Amino acid sequence: MMRVLRVLRGRVGAARVVINHALLGAALLLVLIPMAVMAIWTRLFGVGQYGRDGLHALLWHVAHGRHAWSARVLGRQAEQTRGVLPWVLAFGATTVLSLGTMAALLLGMFFFISVVTDVGDGLGITPLLFAVLLAVIAWLLLPWLVRLQAHLTDWLLSPSPLAKRVAELAETRAHTVDAQATELRRIERDLHDGAQARLVTLRMTLGMAQQCGDLATMRSLVGEAHECAGHALDELRDLVRGIHPPVLAERGLAGGIRAAALSCPVPVDVRIDLTTRPEPPIESAVYFALTEILTNIAKHSGARAATIHLTGQDGMIRLSVTDDGRGGATPVPGAGLHGIGRRLAAFDGSLAIDSPAGGPSEFTMEVPCALSSQKT
Amino acid sequence: MRVVLAEDLALLRDGLVRLLEAHDIEVVDAVDNAPMLLDALRRHRPDVAVVDVRLPPTQTDEGLRAALQARQADPALPVLILSQHVEQLYARELLSDRTGGIGYLLKDRIGDVRQFVDAVRRVAEGGTAMDPAVISQLLARPRADDPLTTLTPREQEVLALMAEGLSNRAISQRLAVSDKAVGKHTNNIFGKLGLPPTEDQNRRVLAVLAFLDGAC
Repeated sequence: MMRVLRVLRGRVGAARVVINHALLGAALLLVLIPMAVMAIWTRLFGVGQYGRDGLHALLWHVAHGRHAWSARVLGRQAEQTRGVLPWVLAFGATTVLSLGTMAALLLGMFFFISVVTDVGDGLGITPLLFAVLLAVIAWLLLPWLVRLQAHLTDWLLSPSPLAKRVAELAETRAHTVDAQATELRRIERDLHDGAQARLVTLRMTLGMAQQCGDLATMRSLVGEAHECAGHALDELRDLVRGIHPPVLAERGLAGGIRAAALSCPVPVDVRIDLTTRPEPPIESAVYFALTEILTNIAKHSGARAATIHLTGQDGMIRLSVTDDGRGGATPVPGAGLHGIGRRLAAFDGSLAIDSPAGGPSEFTMEVPCALSSQKT
Repeated sequence: MRVVLAEDLALLRDGLVRLLEAHDIEVVDAVDNAPMLLDALRRHRPDVAVVDVRLPPTQTDEGLRAALQARQADPALPVLILSQHVEQLYARELLSDRTGGIGYLLKDRIGDVRQFVDAVRRVAEGGTAMDPAVISQLLARPRADDPLTTLTPREQEVLALMAEGLSNRAISQRLAVSDKAVGKHTNNIFGKLGLPPTEDQNRRVLAVLAFLDGAC
């Protein structure tokens, strides 16, 4: 009994949707006419854009609503709405189908009732059967019609996988270009304020030494110049490390990871199961991601020990870092962890963080790559 | 003393040759790539090899690997590695065979001419010359129940200089204290770190470095 009621309710709901959509579809098709007129008007006379755009916005709004509905029905994520006009046409076309189905259902029910109540009037068995068949088919068709409309809407209004990929690539490219520009500005500033400034001072001191008559003063000036040059070298060394760590160029990612582990204040156990060298930009991205994570661990986690595990399989490089600290690490936008995710996304990579409050934490970086063979 | 030099930057190579020869050190051969280095070591059998980490053909760590290779064949060969930067990782590899005659210096240190020449001589005699930058990195590493915290600041200074490879005499000169004071400090240090006391200079340095390095 309960089941029957439920089915009944479902069918009634479907019928309501179908009727709504039929009316909506008809209305949309009607709106298309003035829209077409306005579009031509605007083309010809250059005025009336607002009207045309206003109608287009209205259509988009309706389409967006139906897109959200279709996402709910199909159990999918709501996405961007595009391709409104083709959808309007297709949706409008299905209203004919909807109206036809509803009409068949009503007609069938009408005939059935009239035959049943006028049994004596003697309509033949065949029209009765026909009427019943019609009603039953329409009854069964209703939910499928709803699903058809949902699929149609989703298919027409959702961006294609290609469009989605393009949007993704455009976003990561923008981030990369932005990050690069920031980086170059930083280097220029460091050079300007650091090494360049020191070298200028150096030249000046040496120039003074050259002109000096008194040997003792000359000695002292040369000593100053010597020290100045030493500082310049120290600063350049740090700058180089920040751009591309020499150990990364010399020993690859494996060496870079081992070196980074050695300089971490927290004891780190390193396991490397990767035998080939990835492309240098990927090595660099993963290395800097690792140093960021290790810095976080050292500064915020209060961990007593950490582990690093590097593997590669199925064309993916996987670096996982765990620590036994207090957990609670989250990628706050603007902070380091978030930046790592963005940098890796430029290579279609990802950063997964599993850091429940109380610890332990695990950070997993995955990057797909074409692994180049090891240079021996 | 006879030296084989491997450095691919021509200006620096010539400068080093001049510097060494000005201090009565004979440079028997100066090469600019790793294969030629191995060849020169075989032919000349120098007292010490001064080698740049980065050499052609790959410009990665050719020099370091060639030097390690040569030492495998002849463990007594003293080698002084020069680098534009220092890595604990490389220091570890160089110290791994626990025999003396090893040096690892920043190229920058060449600018401190006297100390550089001392380092070359020290390594040639079987001692060690570790760059202060490496030592400070080693000292900064975490250790279980860090015994280094039990050292006084002065003792930490002495420890760092010992780790660089300096003799007691050299340490006393650097810190401007008496030999006896240095001797007292070193005894205290060895006691606090639980290292066996030894008169042998080289053994002492290696023990200190092993202690600092073996913590992780």
